[in-house]
Amino acid sequence: MSDLHFPWIEGAIFCPLIGAACVAGLRDSHLARKWCLFFSGVTLFCAASACLDFQLSQATEANDRWHLLAPFFGREFPVIDQVSAPLLPLVALLYFLTRVATVRAKVERFPFALSLLFEAIALATYSCKNSWGIVMLLAAGTLLPWLELRARGRMARVYSIYMALFVGLMFAGQYYADLAQQTSAHAVSAVVMLAVAMLIRSGIAPFHSWVPDLFDRATFGTALLYVTPMAGAYGLVRLVVPISPDWLLNGLALFAIVAALYTSAVALIQREGRRFFSYLFLSNGAIVVAGLLNMSHHGLTGGLCVWLSVAISLGGLGLTLRAMEARRGSLSMQSFQGLYNHTPNLAMCFGLTALASVGFPGTFGFVGTELLVDATVESHPYVGIIVVVAAALNGITVVQAFFRLFGGAPYLTSVSFQIRTRERYAVLVLAAVVIIGGVFPQPIVASRSRAAEEILKQRRASDATKSPDAVNE
Amino acid sequence: MFDNQLLIKVCGLAVVGAPFLLLCTLGVRTLIGRPLSERTITRSVHIAVLTGLVASLLVLAIMLSTGTRHVPIDLGSWVSIPHYHFAVKLIFDRLSVPFVILSFVLCGTISAFASRYLHRERGFNRFHVLYSFFVLGMVTASLAGTIETLFAGWELVGLSSALLVAFHLERAAPVRNGLRVWIVYRISDAALLIAAVVMHHLASEGDFDKLLMNGDWPDGQALLTESQALAVGLLLLIAAAGKSALVPFSGWLPRAMEGPTPSSAVFYGALSVHLGAFLLLRVGPLIDLSLTLQAIIVALGLLTMCYAALVGRVQTDIKTALSYASLTQVGIIVAEIGLGFRYIALIHILGNACLRTLQFVRAPSLLIDYHMLENAIGTRPAQAPVPWGQMIPKKTLMWLYQLGLERGYLDAWLDNGLAGPFVDAIQRCDKLERRWIHFICRRSSRDDPAVEPALMPMESL
Repeated sequence: MSDLHFPWIEGAIFCPLIGAACVAGLRDSHLARKWCLFFSGVTLFCAASACLDFQLSQATEANDRWHLLAPFFGREFPVIDQVSAPLLPLVALLYFLTRVATVRAKVERFPFALSLLFEAIALATYSCKNSWGIVMLLAAGTLLPWLELRARGRMARVYSIYMALFVGLMFAGQYYADLAQQTSAHAVSAVVMLAVAMLIRSGIAPFHSWVPDLFDRATFGTALLYVTPMAGAYGLVRLVVPISPDWLLNGLALFAIVAALYTSAVALIQREGRRFFSYLFLSNGAIVVAGLLNMSHHGLTGGLCVWLSVAISLGGLGLTLRAMEARRGSLSMQSFQGLYNHTPNLAMCFGLTALASVGFPGTFGFVGTELLVDATVESHPYVGIIVVVAAALNGITVVQAFFRLFGGAPYLTSVSFQIRTRERYAVLVLAAVVIIGGVFPQPIVASRSRAAEEILKQRRASDATKSPDAVNE
Repeated sequence: MFDNQLLIKVCGLAVVGAPFLLLCTLGVRTLIGRPLSERTITRSVHIAVLTGLVASLLVLAIMLSTGTRHVPIDLGSWVSIPHYHFAVKLIFDRLSVPFVILSFVLCGTISAFASRYLHRERGFNRFHVLYSFFVLGMVTASLAGTIETLFAGWELVGLSSALLVAFHLERAAPVRNGLRVWIVYRISDAALLIAAVVMHHLASEGDFDKLLMNGDWPDGQALLTESQALAVGLLLLIAAAGKSALVPFSGWLPRAMEGPTPSSAVFYGALSVHLGAFLLLRVGPLIDLSLTLQAIIVALGLLTMCYAALVGRVQTDIKTALSYASLTQVGIIVAEIGLGFRYIALIHILGNACLRTLQFVRAPSLLIDYHMLENAIGTRPAQAPVPWGQMIPKKTLMWLYQLGLERGYLDAWLDNGLAGPFVDAIQRCDKLERRWIHFICRRSSRDDPAVEPALMPMESL
């Protein structure tokens, strides 16, 4: 394992922690926002530097320079590898842009200090390879929406039940997985428990009801930051895929494909902005999970590519919807809202990110979707076609939403709905990522291909250490 | 001495590069909120289209002078990882060169027309951004050397078409119709994507040169068995039917006329509507493998022809009548492809596209034309009686008239027979989900009809 040239990862984790401590003491919410943006920007810089440093080093895995945390956590934290390298800047970027795009009217409501704390937890999760470390960090990450729901006096029962189930199954599964390593017993039950836990966290139908409910009750920003980095997918890759037998992965992949179809169909009939977004996310998330559970090299590469593209594009789409909600209130899609003339830039960003999320040519998701569809049809010839149908339905859903929100008689208002400068920057950054990633996909796809190779290697190594009896059991 | 291969490669790149640069120029300026002026947009479009046209004519000249019938231009791998390559390859042959020249000629004509027709329109810039999407899509699809590249162009054409139908966003009808067009196009896209993937797995190739080997277009021999050809061919036929508005997808064509006249002319009257036929021409050797497939294609073409001829006769607005006239010819073209008359089909496409473009751009001044005609001959033009009108019973005629007025009930059949049950089933699932959440927390969600609508914060302030 090689070292980075600087403790970038520790910087990325500790910067928001220090920021959270500083911002928590500020009473002026506008000042808190400014400091939050500063710490968030530095975090993004550290995370992007870690990724760049790692890619230039051409190592398969790297630790921070000087190993400042090694005495406490060993060499498995913080660590960066092919899987996590782009995820760190991705998470930091999503947090940063969400804060940048928070309009003044919502500044009082947005939990800046808390979000910095949970950004640190999210970054720590993605830079941890130790199983128990991941389990505990994923469990800790569930607290942000819960705390916010409680603070706002919103009903958190649905969220609490599902997350309690997720945390319980994850801990139990990991406990049995550890036990299975020593005694070869409970191997399958451990994997099943972990897999179900990750399906719940990823919102794979029928374990998905908490996602629309969360979007319904929490602030859009918090819900967005909680779901879009897809921590459940990370848990699957780190905890489930290395120890799971082939038949179980195949079964889970089929399950995810059917879930993708179901949620894409439900997304089509939604008539409220947040519910539309949540079901669109669920469908895309299920497609990502289907790709990650496909154990062919290019299927896995496709899954990892789509993961990035969905996080970026749906993150951007979510921010656009959030900006529109800040202007218009709850976004009904029962009738045409006529917002195009007020916000043509937001309309453009909506269109661009929405099309990227369904893998439109020239956008980030195109090649990933091609790879994923190709591999899925190869492994499950008839069921694999469902992925194409789900993607087609998602395509219809996003254009329908575009027309409903921006089409129709112009909405009459005395207040300007024009895009603000900060929002424009956020929009342009996302548009640039979506388009540049779409026109020049090779570096990203090649990096995801290497990550897929690493995952398959780990899996082969894990298989080799298992006795045939344990695998069969 | 000129190196012909190098010259062809440079020209080939210019053919695709010109619309790509046009899209980048217009798109980036729009994205940063600083659109170009009308004059600059018009000039940029003219330069791009002219560059592409001259480059494609040069390729044609070199091909004619050297007697080459097939010039592949390999632009390398766009994406390359172990076990997967996404190659970008262009093919200049007897099919693609006429089609790409036709695209540039008609797009250039329409750009000149649109610069005046849409002068000082609010959506001038938006129209041209979508127009540049369309040109790039058409050129990419025409020259595609692999089915993946064709798919990318195909989707660009679909999106720009649907958004142009809904160009007048401030009115509900164009937006609804745009969505309808998009839905049909997505079905068509899905069928094409599945066909591409299936073809990849059956023949391990997406490259047309390798897939349809042993000869240049229109010759060649596909690397599939008869049953495989039938399966892939049916998927491709669905894709083509969606794009070319063949039965049962014909309902979108009259709806597409809600867009501005320049886009109706070049997209739905001339180029877009022939793209399905182009796809069938491209995979001609695959169609030859299966007699059943050929029969289905001929039947579908003739059915579409009869349908469009019947419905077109009772239309009361000129753009819709022209669209059905165009569709009648498309039906005949498809039948020709099924019968194996590829050159005739290609010439038919070129002729029909040019004629319909001319008719569409004259459509806004139709009344003036008629007045001029009537003034010139001093009376109204005589209506020629339908020869078989007397032979058909009046009741049947009325029934046919109603069938034409209702556009063959195709839309109603698709809505009630396919979309309706699907949406009903999904709504039931959605209701169940809401009940489940209600059961857990005893409260309704924000878009439940029982819940009061949220206040609009800005307005309430």
